[in-house]
Amino acid sequence: MSEAPALAIENVSKNFGGLRVARDVSLNLPVGARHALIGPNGAGKTTLVHMVSGLLPPSAGTLRLGGVDITHMAAERRVGLGLARTFQISSLFPHLTVAENIGLAFEAKHGLDRRIWGNTAKHAEIVDGAAALLQKLGLLELAARRIVDLPYGQRRLVEIALVLALEPKTLLLDEPAAGLAAAERGALLDLLLRMPEGLSILVIEHDMSLVFRLAQRITVLVEGAILIEGTVGEIRADPRVRDIYLGSRHHG
Amino acid sequence: MTTPADQQVADRQVIETTRAGFSRHVFSWLDLLPFVFAALVYFFLGRYLALGTQVMIQIAFALSLDLALGYGGIDSLGHVAFFGMGAYAAGLFALYVSSEPISGLAAAAVLGAITGLITGPLVLRTRGLTLVMLTLAVATMLQELANASAMKPITGGADGLFGFKIAPVFGVFSFDLRGHTGYWYALGVVAFVFFTCKAVVNSPFGLAIRGIRENPVRMRMLGVNVTARLVTLYCISGALAGIAGGLSAQVTKLVGLDSLGFLLSGNALVMLILGGTGNLYGAIIGAIIFVVLSDRAAAIDPFNWLFAIGAVLVLAVRFAPQGVVGLIEQAWRRQRMRRAR
Repeated sequence: MSEAPALAIENVSKNFGGLRVARDVSLNLPVGARHALIGPNGAGKTTLVHMVSGLLPPSAGTLRLGGVDITHMAAERRVGLGLARTFQISSLFPHLTVAENIGLAFEAKHGLDRRIWGNTAKHAEIVDGAAALLQKLGLLELAARRIVDLPYGQRRLVEIALVLALEPKTLLLDEPAAGLAAAERGALLDLLLRMPEGLSILVIEHDMSLVFRLAQRITVLVEGAILIEGTVGEIRADPRVRDIYLGSRHHG
Repeated sequence: MTTPADQQVADRQVIETTRAGFSRHVFSWLDLLPFVFAALVYFFLGRYLALGTQVMIQIAFALSLDLALGYGGIDSLGHVAFFGMGAYAAGLFALYVSSEPISGLAAAAVLGAITGLITGPLVLRTRGLTLVMLTLAVATMLQELANASAMKPITGGADGLFGFKIAPVFGVFSFDLRGHTGYWYALGVVAFVFFTCKAVVNSPFGLAIRGIRENPVRMRMLGVNVTARLVTLYCISGALAGIAGGLSAQVTKLVGLDSLGFLLSGNALVMLILGGTGNLYGAIIGAIIFVVLSDRAAAIDPFNWLFAIGAVLVLAVRFAPQGVVGLIEQAWRRQRMRRAR
Protein backbone atom coordinates (compact mmCIF):
# COMPACT_ATOMS: atom_id res chain seq x y z
CA MET A 1 0.00 0.00 0.00
CA SER A 2 1.31 3.44 -0.79
CA GLU A 3 1.92 6.17 1.75
CA ALA A 4 -1.08 8.33 2.73
CA PRO A 5 -1.11 11.66 0.85
CA ALA A 6 0.09 14.72 2.77
CA LEU A 7 -3.28 16.31 2.20
CA ALA A 8 -6.49 14.90 0.77
CA ILE A 9 -9.48 17.12 0.03
CA GLU A 10 -12.45 14.84 -0.62
CA ASN A 11 -15.68 16.16 -2.16
CA VAL A 12 -15.57 19.37 -0.13
CA SER A 13 -18.33 21.96 -0.55
CA LYS A 14 -18.92 25.30 1.11
CA ASN A 15 -22.08 27.38 1.03
CA PHE A 16 -22.53 30.88 2.40
CA GLY A 17 -26.31 30.99 2.50
CA GLY A 18 -27.32 30.43 -1.11
CA LEU A 19 -23.86 31.20 -2.42
CA ARG A 20 -21.87 28.08 -3.29
CA VAL A 21 -18.19 29.03 -3.07
CA ALA A 22 -16.86 25.47 -3.23
CA ARG A 23 -18.60 22.69 -5.12
CA ASP A 24 -17.54 19.11 -4.63
CA VAL A 25 -13.83 19.90 -4.74
CA SER A 26 -11.38 16.99 -4.52
CA LEU A 27 -7.62 17.36 -4.51
CA ASN A 28 -4.82 14.99 -3.61
CA LEU A 29 -1.45 16.30 -2.46
CA PRO A 30 1.10 13.46 -2.34
CA VAL A 31 4.06 13.76 0.03
CA GLY A 32 6.67 16.10 -1.43
CA ALA A 33 4.33 17.46 -4.09
CA ARG A 34 4.45 21.00 -5.46
CA HIS A 35 0.87 21.72 -6.43
CA ALA A 36 -0.57 25.03 -7.61
CA LEU A 37 -4.16 26.17 -7.32
CA ILE A 38 -5.06 28.80 -9.88
CA GLY A 39 -8.21 30.46 -11.07
CA PRO A 40 -9.79 33.89 -11.45
CA ASN A 41 -10.56 36.06 -8.43
CA GLY A 42 -13.59 34.80 -6.56
CA ALA A 43 -13.03 31.21 -7.66
CA GLY A 44 -12.91 30.03 -4.04
CA LYS A 45 -9.19 29.35 -3.76
CA THR A 46 -8.66 31.15 -0.46
CA THR A 47 -11.91 29.68 0.92
CA LEU A 48 -10.48 26.23 0.24
CA VAL A 49 -7.27 27.09 2.12
CA HIS A 50 -9.35 28.49 5.00
CA MET A 51 -11.22 25.19 5.23
CA VAL A 52 -8.03 23.11 5.12
CA SER A 53 -6.36 25.26 7.81
CA GLY A 54 -9.48 25.23 9.99
CA LEU A 55 -10.59 28.86 9.86
CA LEU A 56 -13.83 27.89 8.07
CA PRO A 57 -15.81 24.65 8.51
CA PRO A 58 -16.76 22.93 5.25
CA SER A 59 -20.48 22.43 4.55
CA ALA A 60 -19.81 18.93 3.22
CA GLY A 61 -16.89 16.64 2.47
CA THR A 62 -13.83 15.34 4.27
CA LEU A 63 -10.34 16.71 4.86
CA ARG A 64 -7.44 14.39 5.66
CA LEU A 65 -3.93 15.34 6.69
CA GLY A 66 -1.47 12.47 6.37
CA GLY A 67 -4.40 10.06 6.55
CA VAL A 68 -5.91 11.66 9.68
CA ASP A 69 -9.43 13.05 9.38
CA ILE A 70 -9.14 16.73 10.33
CA THR A 71 -12.56 17.88 9.08
CA HIS A 72 -13.72 18.84 12.57
CA MET A 73 -10.36 19.39 14.27
CA ALA A 74 -9.55 22.77 15.87
CA ALA A 75 -7.26 24.93 13.72
CA GLU A 76 -4.43 25.06 16.26
CA ARG A 77 -4.34 21.26 16.56
CA ARG A 78 -3.92 20.88 12.80
CA VAL A 79 -0.67 22.82 13.16
CA GLY A 80 0.50 20.11 15.55
CA LEU A 81 0.04 17.59 12.71
CA GLY A 82 2.48 19.54 10.55
CA LEU A 83 0.20 21.95 8.71
CA ALA A 84 1.28 25.57 8.22
CA ARG A 85 0.00 28.39 6.06
CA THR A 86 0.65 31.94 4.98
CA PHE A 87 -2.01 34.52 4.22
CA GLN A 88 -2.86 36.53 1.14
CA ILE A 89 -2.28 39.74 3.08
CA SER A 90 0.78 39.32 5.32
CA SER A 91 -0.29 38.00 8.68
CA LEU A 92 2.40 38.92 11.16
CA PHE A 93 2.74 40.64 14.52
CA PRO A 94 3.09 44.27 13.36
CA HIS A 95 4.41 45.90 16.54
CA LEU A 96 6.82 43.12 17.45
CA THR A 97 10.36 42.87 16.12
CA VAL A 98 11.37 40.44 13.38
CA ALA A 99 13.23 38.36 15.99
CA GLU A 100 10.13 38.26 18.20
CA ASN A 101 7.95 37.26 15.24
CA ILE A 102 10.19 34.32 14.37
CA GLY A 103 10.74 33.58 18.06
CA LEU A 104 6.98 33.16 18.51
CA ALA A 105 6.96 30.41 15.91
CA PHE A 106 9.83 28.61 17.65
CA GLU A 107 8.26 28.87 21.09
CA ALA A 108 4.94 27.63 19.72
CA LYS A 109 6.71 24.69 18.09
CA HIS A 110 8.50 23.76 21.32
CA GLY A 111 5.41 24.33 23.48
CA LEU A 112 7.16 27.15 25.37
CA ASP A 113 4.28 29.59 24.93
CA ARG A 114 2.94 28.59 28.36
CA ARG A 115 6.23 29.10 30.22
CA ILE A 116 5.78 32.00 32.62
CA TRP A 117 9.30 32.06 34.00
CA GLY A 118 12.67 32.91 32.50
CA ASN A 119 13.77 35.53 30.02
CA THR A 120 12.65 34.83 26.44
CA ALA A 121 16.00 36.04 25.12
CA LYS A 122 17.78 33.38 27.21
CA HIS A 123 15.86 30.38 25.88
CA ALA A 124 18.20 28.61 23.44
CA GLU A 125 15.33 26.82 21.66
CA ILE A 126 13.88 30.21 20.75
CA VAL A 127 16.93 32.42 20.15
CA ASP A 128 19.29 29.91 18.50
CA GLY A 129 16.54 28.67 16.20
CA ALA A 130 15.56 32.21 15.23
CA ALA A 131 19.21 33.20 14.72
CA ALA A 132 19.94 30.30 12.36
CA LEU A 133 16.78 30.88 10.34
CA LEU A 134 17.26 34.67 10.10
CA GLN A 135 20.81 34.19 8.88
CA LYS A 136 19.75 31.57 6.35
CA LEU A 137 17.13 33.88 4.86
CA GLY A 138 19.35 36.98 4.98
CA LEU A 139 17.09 38.72 7.50
CA LEU A 140 19.62 38.98 10.33
CA GLU A 141 20.20 42.75 10.13
CA LEU A 142 16.44 43.22 10.52
CA ALA A 143 16.24 41.26 13.80
CA ALA A 144 15.55 44.29 16.00
CA ARG A 145 13.25 46.09 13.51
CA ARG A 146 9.48 46.06 13.97
CA ILE A 147 7.31 44.68 11.18
CA VAL A 148 5.52 48.03 10.76
CA ASP A 149 8.88 49.59 9.88
CA LEU A 150 9.62 47.08 7.09
CA PRO A 151 8.80 47.40 3.39
CA TYR A 152 6.23 44.99 2.00
CA GLY A 153 8.65 42.61 0.28
CA GLN A 154 10.58 41.99 3.47
CA ARG A 155 7.37 41.35 5.37
CA ARG A 156 6.55 38.55 2.92
CA LEU A 157 9.97 37.00 3.56
CA VAL A 158 9.45 37.21 7.32
CA GLU A 159 6.11 35.47 6.91
CA ILE A 160 7.74 32.63 4.98
CA ALA A 161 10.42 32.42 7.68
CA LEU A 162 7.66 32.23 10.29
CA VAL A 163 6.08 29.14 8.75
CA LEU A 164 9.45 27.54 8.01
CA ALA A 165 10.29 27.85 11.70
CA LEU A 166 7.42 25.45 12.39
CA GLU A 167 9.16 22.85 10.16
CA PRO A 168 5.82 21.90 8.61
CA LYS A 169 5.14 18.75 6.58
CA THR A 170 2.43 20.46 4.55
CA LEU A 171 2.57 24.12 3.59
CA LEU A 172 -0.27 26.22 2.19
CA LEU A 173 0.88 29.44 0.51
CA ASP A 174 -1.83 31.95 -0.34
CA GLU A 175 -0.49 34.23 -3.09
CA PRO A 176 3.07 34.52 -1.73
CA ALA A 177 4.19 36.74 -4.63
CA ALA A 178 1.27 39.19 -4.50
CA GLY A 179 2.49 42.77 -4.34
CA LEU A 180 6.18 41.87 -4.79
CA ALA A 181 8.51 43.60 -7.23
CA ALA A 182 10.16 41.52 -9.97
CA ALA A 183 13.48 41.13 -8.13
CA GLU A 184 11.67 40.12 -4.93
CA ARG A 185 9.67 37.54 -6.89
CA GLY A 186 12.93 36.05 -8.13
CA ALA A 187 14.24 35.81 -4.57
CA LEU A 188 10.97 34.25 -3.42
CA LEU A 189 11.07 31.65 -6.20
CA ASP A 190 14.68 30.76 -5.30
CA LEU A 191 13.60 30.33 -1.71
CA LEU A 192 10.62 28.14 -2.64
CA LEU A 193 12.71 26.02 -5.02
CA ARG A 194 15.21 25.38 -2.20
CA MET A 195 12.58 24.05 0.23
CA PRO A 196 13.14 20.52 1.57
CA GLU A 197 12.02 17.73 -0.76
CA GLY A 198 9.79 16.03 1.79
CA LEU A 199 7.72 19.20 2.26
CA SER A 200 4.39 19.15 0.42
CA ILE A 201 3.33 22.55 -0.89
CA LEU A 202 -0.04 23.77 -2.10
CA VAL A 203 0.33 27.26 -3.50
CA ILE A 204 -2.28 29.74 -4.72
CA GLU A 205 -0.67 32.18 -7.12
CA HIS A 206 -1.58 34.51 -9.96
CA ASP A 207 1.98 34.87 -11.23
CA MET A 208 1.99 32.22 -13.96
CA SER A 209 5.74 32.24 -14.58
CA LEU A 210 6.25 31.45 -10.89
CA VAL A 211 3.56 28.77 -10.94
CA PHE A 212 4.98 27.09 -14.06
CA ARG A 213 8.49 26.98 -12.60
CA LEU A 214 7.49 25.79 -9.13
CA ALA A 215 4.55 23.43 -9.57
CA GLN A 216 4.45 19.87 -10.86
CA ARG A 217 0.68 19.74 -11.06
CA ILE A 218 -1.93 22.48 -11.32
CA THR A 219 -5.60 22.61 -10.42
CA VAL A 220 -7.77 25.26 -12.05
CA LEU A 221 -10.71 26.38 -9.95
CA VAL A 222 -13.58 28.36 -11.51
CA GLU A 223 -16.66 29.47 -9.59
CA GLY A 224 -15.94 27.03 -6.78
CA ALA A 225 -15.59 23.96 -8.97
CA ILE A 226 -12.57 22.23 -10.50
CA LEU A 227 -12.32 23.01 -14.20
CA ILE A 228 -9.30 20.84 -14.89
CA GLU A 229 -6.35 19.30 -13.10
CA GLY A 230 -3.15 18.26 -14.81
CA THR A 231 0.56 18.68 -15.31
CA VAL A 232 2.02 22.05 -16.17
CA GLY A 233 2.15 21.06 -19.86
CA GLU A 234 -1.48 19.94 -19.92
CA ILE A 235 -2.69 23.14 -18.27
CA ARG A 236 -0.67 25.36 -20.59
CA ALA A 237 -2.11 23.56 -23.59
CA ASP A 238 -5.74 23.56 -22.50
CA PRO A 239 -7.78 26.09 -24.51
CA ARG A 240 -10.41 26.52 -21.76
CA VAL A 241 -7.71 27.60 -19.29
CA ARG A 242 -6.38 30.08 -21.82
CA ASP A 243 -9.87 31.53 -22.29
CA ILE A 244 -11.01 31.64 -18.71
CA TYR A 245 -7.85 32.33 -16.82
CA LEU A 246 -4.75 33.09 -18.81
CA GLY A 247 -6.64 35.32 -21.20
CA SER A 248 -7.85 37.53 -18.38
CA ARG A 249 -4.63 37.80 -16.42
CA HIS A 250 -4.56 41.56 -16.47
CA HIS A 251 -7.01 41.83 -13.54
CA GLY A 252 -4.05 42.07 -11.29
CA MET B 1 40.04 30.25 5.33
CA THR B 2 37.75 30.18 8.33
CA THR B 3 38.93 28.23 11.33
CA PRO B 4 36.44 26.58 13.72
CA ALA B 5 37.26 29.36 16.20
CA ASP B 6 36.32 32.02 13.64
CA GLN B 7 33.11 30.13 12.94
CA GLN B 8 32.29 30.09 16.65
CA VAL B 9 32.78 33.85 16.91
CA ALA B 10 30.57 34.37 13.84
CA ASP B 11 27.85 32.13 15.28
CA ARG B 12 27.97 33.96 18.58
CA GLN B 13 27.59 37.28 16.75
CA VAL B 14 24.56 35.94 14.88
CA ILE B 15 22.97 34.87 18.16
CA GLU B 16 23.80 38.18 19.86
CA THR B 17 22.28 40.14 16.96
CA THR B 18 19.15 38.03 17.17
CA ARG B 19 19.00 38.34 20.95
CA ALA B 20 19.05 42.13 20.60
CA GLY B 21 15.73 41.78 18.81
CA PHE B 22 14.18 40.37 21.99
CA SER B 23 15.45 43.04 24.36
CA ARG B 24 12.53 45.45 24.67
CA HIS B 25 11.09 44.09 27.89
CA VAL B 26 14.10 42.94 29.89
CA PHE B 27 14.89 44.20 33.38
CA SER B 28 16.94 47.36 33.60
CA TRP B 29 18.25 49.73 36.24
CA LEU B 30 15.51 52.11 35.13
CA ASP B 31 13.06 49.77 36.88
CA LEU B 32 14.39 50.92 40.26
CA LEU B 33 13.70 54.59 39.51
CA PRO B 34 10.06 54.64 40.70
CA PHE B 35 11.09 53.09 44.01
CA VAL B 36 13.89 55.58 44.55
CA PHE B 37 11.33 58.30 43.81
CA ALA B 38 8.91 56.79 46.34
CA ALA B 39 11.63 56.75 49.00
CA LEU B 40 12.41 60.41 48.29
CA VAL B 41 8.73 61.28 48.68
CA TYR B 42 8.77 59.64 52.11
CA PHE B 43 11.75 61.66 53.30
CA PHE B 44 10.93 65.02 51.72
CA LEU B 45 7.13 65.07 51.42
CA GLY B 46 6.19 63.28 54.63
CA ARG B 47 2.87 65.17 54.82
CA TYR B 48 1.55 63.29 51.82
CA LEU B 49 1.99 59.70 53.04
CA ALA B 50 -1.75 58.95 52.92
CA LEU B 51 -1.99 60.29 49.39
CA GLY B 52 1.15 58.39 48.43
CA THR B 53 -0.38 55.17 49.76
CA GLN B 54 -3.51 55.77 47.66
CA VAL B 55 -1.29 56.34 44.62
CA MET B 56 0.40 53.01 45.24
CA ILE B 57 -2.87 51.10 45.52
CA GLN B 58 -3.90 52.55 42.17
CA ILE B 59 -0.48 51.80 40.64
CA ALA B 60 -0.84 48.14 41.62
CA PHE B 61 -4.34 48.04 40.14
CA ALA B 62 -3.34 49.86 36.94
CA LEU B 63 -0.34 47.53 36.51
CA SER B 64 -2.62 44.50 36.68
CA LEU B 65 -4.91 46.08 34.08
CA ASP B 66 -1.96 46.93 31.83
CA LEU B 67 -0.91 43.28 31.90
CA ALA B 68 -4.33 42.15 30.64
CA LEU B 69 -5.16 45.10 28.39
CA GLY B 70 -1.82 46.53 27.29
CA TYR B 71 -0.03 43.24 26.76
CA GLY B 72 -2.81 40.72 26.15
CA GLY B 73 -5.26 43.00 24.35
CA ILE B 74 -8.08 42.05 26.75
CA ASP B 75 -10.21 45.20 26.60
CA SER B 76 -11.78 45.15 30.05
CA LEU B 77 -14.15 47.60 31.66
CA GLY B 78 -14.77 45.24 34.55
CA HIS B 79 -11.33 44.82 36.02
CA VAL B 80 -12.69 46.07 39.33
CA ALA B 81 -14.27 42.62 39.74
CA PHE B 82 -10.84 41.29 40.74
CA PHE B 83 -10.02 44.32 42.87
CA GLY B 84 -13.31 44.00 44.76
CA MET B 85 -13.04 40.25 45.24
CA GLY B 86 -9.53 40.79 46.60
CA ALA B 87 -10.74 43.55 48.94
CA TYR B 88 -13.57 41.41 50.34
CA ALA B 89 -11.23 38.41 50.61
CA ALA B 90 -8.67 40.42 52.61
CA GLY B 91 -11.40 41.94 54.81
CA LEU B 92 -13.09 38.62 55.54
CA PHE B 93 -9.72 36.96 56.10
CA ALA B 94 -8.82 39.60 58.69
CA LEU B 95 -12.24 39.26 60.37
CA TYR B 96 -12.51 35.48 60.56
CA VAL B 97 -9.13 33.85 59.92
CA SER B 98 -6.13 35.92 60.87
CA SER B 99 -5.13 39.55 61.04
CA GLU B 100 -1.70 38.74 59.61
CA PRO B 101 -1.45 41.06 56.55
CA ILE B 102 0.66 39.07 54.08
CA SER B 103 -1.46 35.92 54.29
CA GLY B 104 -4.44 38.29 53.86
CA LEU B 105 -2.96 39.48 50.58
CA ALA B 106 -2.36 35.87 49.56
CA ALA B 107 -6.06 35.17 50.17
CA ALA B 108 -6.92 38.23 48.05
CA ALA B 109 -4.66 36.98 45.25
CA VAL B 110 -6.19 33.50 45.33
CA LEU B 111 -9.75 34.83 45.12
CA GLY B 112 -8.75 37.20 42.31
CA ALA B 113 -7.22 34.32 40.37
CA ILE B 114 -10.26 32.09 40.97
CA THR B 115 -12.53 34.88 39.69
CA GLY B 116 -10.40 35.00 36.55
CA LEU B 117 -10.47 31.23 36.18
CA ILE B 118 -14.26 31.10 36.40
CA THR B 119 -15.16 34.15 34.30
CA GLY B 120 -12.22 33.94 31.84
CA PRO B 121 -13.44 31.00 29.77
CA LEU B 122 -16.85 32.71 29.49
CA VAL B 123 -15.71 36.16 28.37
CA LEU B 124 -12.36 35.60 26.63
CA ARG B 125 -13.75 33.79 23.59
CA THR B 126 -15.05 37.17 22.48
CA ARG B 127 -13.22 40.32 21.44
CA GLY B 128 -13.93 43.99 20.89
CA LEU B 129 -17.14 45.56 22.13
CA THR B 130 -18.65 42.22 23.17
CA LEU B 131 -15.68 41.58 25.45
CA VAL B 132 -15.90 45.08 26.92
CA MET B 133 -19.60 44.62 27.73
CA LEU B 134 -19.14 41.11 29.12
CA THR B 135 -16.37 42.20 31.51
CA LEU B 136 -18.57 45.09 32.61
CA ALA B 137 -21.49 42.69 33.12
CA VAL B 138 -19.42 40.34 35.29
CA ALA B 139 -18.32 43.20 37.57
CA THR B 140 -21.86 44.58 37.82
CA MET B 141 -23.26 41.15 38.70
CA LEU B 142 -20.67 40.70 41.43
CA GLN B 143 -21.53 44.11 42.86
CA GLU B 144 -25.25 43.26 42.87
CA LEU B 145 -24.40 39.94 44.50
CA ALA B 146 -22.42 41.67 47.26
CA ASN B 147 -25.41 43.95 47.85
CA ALA B 148 -28.00 41.11 47.87
CA SER B 149 -29.82 40.71 51.19
CA ALA B 150 -28.82 37.04 51.39
CA MET B 151 -25.17 38.11 51.26
CA LYS B 152 -25.49 40.89 53.81
CA PRO B 153 -24.27 38.79 56.76
CA ILE B 154 -21.05 38.15 54.83
CA THR B 155 -20.36 41.33 52.87
CA GLY B 156 -22.13 43.84 55.12
CA GLY B 157 -24.23 45.01 52.15
CA ALA B 158 -24.33 48.75 51.65
CA ASP B 159 -22.70 49.35 55.06
CA GLY B 160 -19.61 47.49 53.91
CA LEU B 161 -17.14 45.44 55.83
CA PHE B 162 -15.39 47.10 58.75
CA GLY B 163 -14.16 46.59 62.29
CA PHE B 164 -11.28 44.32 61.38
CA LYS B 165 -7.73 44.76 62.61
CA ILE B 166 -4.50 44.23 60.73
CA ALA B 167 -1.58 42.82 62.72
CA PRO B 168 1.92 44.32 62.42
CA VAL B 169 3.80 43.54 59.20
CA PHE B 170 6.24 40.63 59.83
CA GLY B 171 4.97 40.84 63.42
CA VAL B 172 7.13 43.95 63.93
CA PHE B 173 5.88 47.05 62.10
CA SER B 174 2.42 47.96 63.35
CA PHE B 175 0.12 50.15 61.27
CA ASP B 176 0.24 53.67 62.76
CA LEU B 177 -2.26 56.48 62.41
CA ARG B 178 0.08 58.71 60.42
CA GLY B 179 0.54 56.00 57.83
CA HIS B 180 4.32 55.40 57.93
CA THR B 181 3.98 51.61 57.99
CA GLY B 182 1.14 51.72 55.49
CA TYR B 183 3.32 53.66 53.07
CA TRP B 184 6.25 51.25 53.16
CA TYR B 185 3.95 48.25 53.17
CA ALA B 186 2.15 49.56 50.08
CA LEU B 187 5.50 50.29 48.43
CA GLY B 188 6.61 46.71 49.06
CA VAL B 189 3.37 45.37 47.59
CA VAL B 190 3.71 47.59 44.51
CA ALA B 191 7.31 46.40 44.06
CA PHE B 192 6.07 42.80 44.19
CA VAL B 193 3.31 43.51 41.66
CA PHE B 194 5.62 45.44 39.35
CA PHE B 195 8.40 42.83 39.28
CA THR B 196 5.88 40.02 38.86
CA CYS B 197 4.45 41.85 35.84
CA LYS B 198 7.95 42.45 34.53
CA ALA B 199 8.88 38.77 34.90
CA VAL B 200 5.69 37.69 33.14
CA VAL B 201 6.14 40.02 30.16
CA ASN B 202 9.78 38.97 29.93
CA SER B 203 8.95 35.28 29.68
CA PRO B 204 8.08 33.23 26.59
CA PHE B 205 4.46 33.37 27.82
CA GLY B 206 4.72 37.17 27.85
CA LEU B 207 5.82 37.15 24.21
CA ALA B 208 2.95 34.79 23.38
CA ILE B 209 0.33 37.11 24.89
CA ARG B 210 1.74 40.07 22.98
CA GLY B 211 1.47 37.91 19.89
CA ILE B 212 -2.17 37.23 20.72
CA ARG B 213 -2.81 40.97 21.14
CA GLU B 214 -1.20 41.65 17.76
CA ASN B 215 -2.76 38.82 15.75
CA PRO B 216 -4.80 36.04 17.40
CA VAL B 217 -5.51 34.27 14.10
CA ARG B 218 -1.82 34.01 13.30
CA MET B 219 -1.22 32.64 16.82
CA ARG B 220 -3.79 29.90 16.21
CA MET B 221 -2.07 29.18 12.91
CA LEU B 222 1.17 28.69 14.85
CA GLY B 223 -0.63 26.03 16.87
CA VAL B 224 -1.24 28.06 20.04
CA ASN B 225 -4.41 27.59 22.08
CA VAL B 226 -5.29 31.27 22.26
CA THR B 227 -8.19 31.07 24.73
CA ALA B 228 -6.17 28.94 27.17
CA ARG B 229 -3.28 31.44 27.15
CA LEU B 230 -5.69 34.34 27.67
CA VAL B 231 -7.36 32.59 30.63
CA THR B 232 -3.93 32.09 32.24
CA LEU B 233 -3.20 35.78 31.73
CA TYR B 234 -6.61 36.72 33.14
CA CYS B 235 -5.87 34.67 36.29
CA ILE B 236 -2.44 36.27 36.80
CA SER B 237 -3.84 39.74 36.19
CA GLY B 238 -6.81 38.91 38.45
CA ALA B 239 -4.50 37.78 41.25
CA LEU B 240 -2.50 41.01 41.05
CA ALA B 241 -5.66 43.15 40.93
CA GLY B 242 -6.90 41.13 43.91
CA ILE B 243 -3.70 42.02 45.76
CA ALA B 244 -4.33 45.71 44.97
CA GLY B 245 -7.85 45.36 46.38
CA GLY B 246 -6.56 43.51 49.43
CA LEU B 247 -3.99 46.23 50.02
CA SER B 248 -6.73 48.84 49.83
CA ALA B 249 -8.84 46.93 52.37
CA GLN B 250 -5.94 46.50 54.78
CA VAL B 251 -4.78 50.11 54.61
CA THR B 252 -8.21 51.78 54.81
CA LYS B 253 -9.71 49.03 57.05
CA LEU B 254 -12.97 49.31 55.14
CA VAL B 255 -14.46 47.40 52.23
CA GLY B 256 -17.50 49.03 50.60
CA LEU B 257 -19.65 48.20 47.60
CA ASP B 258 -17.72 50.84 45.65
CA SER B 259 -14.73 48.48 45.63
CA LEU B 260 -16.75 46.52 43.06
CA GLY B 261 -18.02 49.66 41.32
CA PHE B 262 -17.62 50.79 37.74
CA LEU B 263 -15.82 53.98 38.77
CA LEU B 264 -12.60 52.17 39.74
CA SER B 265 -12.53 50.27 36.43
CA GLY B 266 -13.00 53.51 34.53
CA ASN B 267 -10.37 55.33 36.59
CA ALA B 268 -7.77 52.63 35.94
CA LEU B 269 -8.48 52.86 32.23
CA VAL B 270 -8.02 56.65 32.34
CA MET B 271 -4.68 56.13 34.14
CA LEU B 272 -3.49 53.82 31.36
CA ILE B 273 -4.61 56.30 28.69
CA LEU B 274 -2.71 59.09 30.47
CA GLY B 275 0.44 57.06 31.06
CA GLY B 276 0.42 54.73 28.05
CA THR B 277 -0.35 51.03 27.70
CA GLY B 278 1.79 47.98 27.17
CA ASN B 279 4.98 49.05 28.93
CA LEU B 280 4.18 48.98 32.71
CA TYR B 281 5.80 52.41 33.29
CA GLY B 282 2.68 54.03 31.83
CA ALA B 283 0.59 52.47 34.58
CA ILE B 284 2.89 53.97 37.23
CA ILE B 285 3.03 57.44 35.68
CA GLY B 286 -0.68 57.46 34.84
CA ALA B 287 -1.69 56.48 38.37
CA ILE B 288 0.52 59.17 39.88
CA ILE B 289 -0.91 61.85 37.57
CA PHE B 290 -4.49 60.71 38.11
CA VAL B 291 -4.49 60.45 41.91
CA VAL B 292 -2.39 63.54 42.58
CA LEU B 293 -4.38 65.61 40.08
CA SER B 294 -7.71 64.44 41.55
CA ASP B 295 -6.50 65.29 45.05
CA ARG B 296 -5.19 68.74 44.14
CA ALA B 297 -8.23 69.59 42.02
CA ALA B 298 -10.58 68.50 44.81
CA ALA B 299 -8.66 70.67 47.29
CA ILE B 300 -9.20 73.68 45.03
CA ASP B 301 -12.82 72.97 44.08
CA PRO B 302 -14.48 70.12 46.01
CA PHE B 303 -17.54 70.12 43.71
CA ASN B 304 -16.19 70.38 40.17
CA TRP B 305 -12.80 68.66 40.49
CA LEU B 306 -13.67 66.01 37.91
CA PHE B 307 -13.44 68.80 35.34
CA ALA B 308 -9.65 68.79 35.74
CA ILE B 309 -9.45 65.06 35.02
CA GLY B 310 -11.69 65.48 31.99
CA ALA B 311 -9.64 68.36 30.62
CA VAL B 312 -6.34 66.52 31.07
CA LEU B 313 -7.80 63.40 29.44
CA VAL B 314 -8.95 65.38 26.40
CA LEU B 315 -5.53 67.02 26.08
CA ALA B 316 -3.75 63.70 26.49
CA VAL B 317 -5.79 61.98 23.80
CA ARG B 318 -5.17 64.93 21.47
CA PHE B 319 -1.46 65.52 22.08
CA ALA B 320 -0.15 62.27 23.58
CA PRO B 321 -2.29 59.45 22.18
CA GLN B 322 0.31 56.90 23.33
CA GLY B 323 0.38 58.44 26.79
CA VAL B 324 3.23 60.14 28.61
CA VAL B 325 5.53 57.15 28.08
CA GLY B 326 4.69 57.23 24.37
CA LEU B 327 5.82 60.86 24.24
CA ILE B 328 9.09 60.02 25.97
CA GLU B 329 9.72 57.06 23.64
CA GLN B 330 9.04 59.25 20.62
CA ALA B 331 11.48 61.91 21.78
CA TRP B 332 14.07 59.22 22.53
CA ARG B 333 13.72 57.69 19.08
CA ARG B 334 13.99 61.09 17.39
CA GLN B 335 17.12 61.89 19.41
CA ARG B 336 18.71 58.58 18.41
CA MET B 337 17.91 59.12 14.74
CA ARG B 338 19.45 62.58 14.89
CA ARG B 339 22.59 61.16 16.48
CA ALA B 340 22.76 58.40 13.87
CA ARG B 341 22.79 61.03 11.12
